Amino acid sequence: MLDLSHAFASALWQIVTLDPQLLEIIALSLKVTLTAVTIATFIGFAVGGVLAVDRFPGRAAVAAVLNALMGLPPVVAGLIVYLLLSNAGPLGVLQLLYTPEAMIIAQVILITPIVAALTRQTCEDLLEEYRDQLRSLGASSAEIVMTLLWDGRYRLITVVLAGFGRAIAEVGAVMIVGGNIDHVTRTMTTAIALETSKGNIALALALGMILLAIALVVNVALMGIRRLASHFAYA
Amino acid sequence: MPPILPMLEQPGSLATLDTRASSSGHVLPLELRRLSLETGGRRLIDSVDLKLEEQGITVILGPNGAGKSLLLRLVHGLIAPTDGIIRWGGMPMDDEIRRRQAMVFQKPVLLRRTAAANITYALGLRGIARSERNSRALQALELAGLERHAFTPARVLSGGEQQRLCLARALSLDPEALLLDEPTASLDPASTLSIERLLIGAKHRGIKVIVVTHDVGQARRLAQDVIFLHHGRLIEHQPAERFFEHPKSDTARAFIAGGLVL
Amino acid sequence: MRGAFGRRDVLKLALATFALLSLAIPISRAAADDFIIVQSTTSTQNSGLFEHILPIFTKKTGIEVRVVAVGTGQALENAEKGDGDVVLAHSQPDEEKFVAEGWGVKRYPVMYNDFIIVGPAADPASIAGIKQAPDALKKIAEAQASFASRADDSGTHKAELKLWQQAGVNPKASSGSWYLETGSGMGATLNTAVGKQAYALTDRATWLAFANKDDFKVLVEGDDKLFNQYGVILVNPAKHPNVKAKEGQAFIDWLTGPEGQAAIASYKIDGQQLFFPNAHPQS
Repeated sequence: MLDLSHAFASALWQIVTLDPQLLEIIALSLKVTLTAVTIATFIGFAVGGVLAVDRFPGRAAVAAVLNALMGLPPVVAGLIVYLLLSNAGPLGVLQLLYTPEAMIIAQVILITPIVAALTRQTCEDLLEEYRDQLRSLGASSAEIVMTLLWDGRYRLITVVLAGFGRAIAEVGAVMIVGGNIDHVTRTMTTAIALETSKGNIALALALGMILLAIALVVNVALMGIRRLASHFAYA
Repeated sequence: MPPILPMLEQPGSLATLDTRASSSGHVLPLELRRLSLETGGRRLIDSVDLKLEEQGITVILGPNGAGKSLLLRLVHGLIAPTDGIIRWGGMPMDDEIRRRQAMVFQKPVLLRRTAAANITYALGLRGIARSERNSRALQALELAGLERHAFTPARVLSGGEQQRLCLARALSLDPEALLLDEPTASLDPASTLSIERLLIGAKHRGIKVIVVTHDVGQARRLAQDVIFLHHGRLIEHQPAERFFEHPKSDTARAFIAGGLVL
Repeated sequence: MRGAFGRRDVLKLALATFALLSLAIPISRAAADDFIIVQSTTSTQNSGLFEHILPIFTKKTGIEVRVVAVGTGQALENAEKGDGDVVLAHSQPDEEKFVAEGWGVKRYPVMYNDFIIVGPAADPASIAGIKQAPDALKKIAEAQASFASRADDSGTHKAELKLWQQAGVNPKASSGSWYLETGSGMGATLNTAVGKQAYALTDRATWLAFANKDDFKVLVEGDDKLFNQYGVILVNPAKHPNVKAKEGQAFIDWLTGPEGQAAIASYKIDGQQLFFPNAHPQS
């Protein structure tokens, strides 16, 4: 049976003493995912908003593809980006493989469909109420999109959190495009995978708990904002 | 017959909003020729011919399902007709004409921001300079008696206050024509009274007001002329007194008397 | 100027985006000038060897060594694509093919260790102490005792298949019943073996460093056929101009030279040496 207690204790000690290696890994995870979430949010909000508002031909097909992409396996996303960035691939000249930038790109591909699809849904729901009035006031399609995004801002926080959750938790994409290189592209999830493969189960678990704790903090903070919002009937 | 409300003059400070007194003649007359709306084989609006030339408040009256809201949406350009033409002041229905109108819907539609922000938002859409927006918004709020709620989240206001806010927003845009779709259908009498006073005030400032209602009493109180619709057809269009005293059609007579008109 | 959202808002939006995107730049140590990428195997990484020897090299030359650890098959594949400067693997036939096909410049032997067969203390197939590895595997097949295979085209996997061949057994026919093909790295496969109380073939270095041994023991060792040779190859810059030939060769020279070899020999766990340097001396 695993000697969990001893290993947990040493893992917690690492946390308490702010072990620099651990901090490095946490910092990289957060920077990669937060950057990816930010970029994906900009793209996803725009795509989702336009899909909700603009009745262009082929709209239903685009929406269906977007919904399907929500289920894109992280490892597949990683493979696609790997093949693109590989030296044998079309974007090899960029020399982005095995860098945090590559990891960000892969995570953007993963998160954008979720953000876009959920944004579309949110905007469509709001549009039910607002469409006639906004058209009456003379808003253009672009203005309607911006208005809906701002008006639905508190619901959209949840959407962003969904994207964040998917990214911070995944290992398939960042492992393939990042290579889990020590001090360069090792994130929490790839570190957990590595420690597991070395048999350091308890340490892997401890790292997993830290990851969950961080995700919890982010969620609580943003949901707290939502609470405040509903208090003012903005939600 | 219920008494007609005394007409209220609005405070002079709002004279600056009054730039249209003489020019609302530009969007009139409203002409409809063979206007029809057909979906799924049903004629929801059936070949309506109309010429609306006079100032004042026009009431579109009729039982529920008569097509009154649809007609309003058609002349506001929110729906396209399947046949016929719409002309405002000789000009075809398009975005430019819509900009010279403002519409208030049955259920108040307000954004998740303060009351004042809802108005400045609409002004922004019209291209009004930022510096002007705040003052115009505040004027409109005062007009509607909502100035102390300027920075209250709009959706927290009561139903009546929200509808007054929608009307204030519409008026702040300086429209030549003001269209309202059953604006007081779900409001209490006090709120209804405020709204009706505002409409009368608007009329005085030269804005052409068209109100859809199924409430005969309200029609009596407000109307200059009445358009009576039934099953998508224009049954009557008469000056108010004549309509209520001597309706030409049996359906109108029955409706005025308070019967159920099928 | 029409609209509620004017140019000022778009500008603010653009600035915000730019500011956030620039977050991406400071985190990239990947922009460092002097580094090489070494495609290597999970067994070498899991053993902890790299953490021990690489800092010595970097301190001496200032060249950072970034190791991407995958199975041997994948390492050679990646190198063929030019996604690495150096390959360090332990499957001699494949490495020689790699060079013969022009993907690598030259293969240098570096070090060796040995494979061992580990299994649960209960030892259901009674293989403990058997001298010849193929005999042990034959007994496992006959007993239909669980065996966890890496099945991932790695050096370890290929060595394992060779032993089955020598035993005259085709384990793949029983894939899914007692022969478990995990398709994973060494550590992951060992986890599976321990979890399923199955036998496994592993390199000694990974086993010594492995922290989840449960009650498993080393049951078979010492057979010549369990010899595990490591080789290092420079990826051919003629095929892939992006290869850092100079730094890569510097690493190979160091690894096969007296300092690197000494560093390898000095890596111990619990007093046991994991890898035995055997590069031919530079002439």
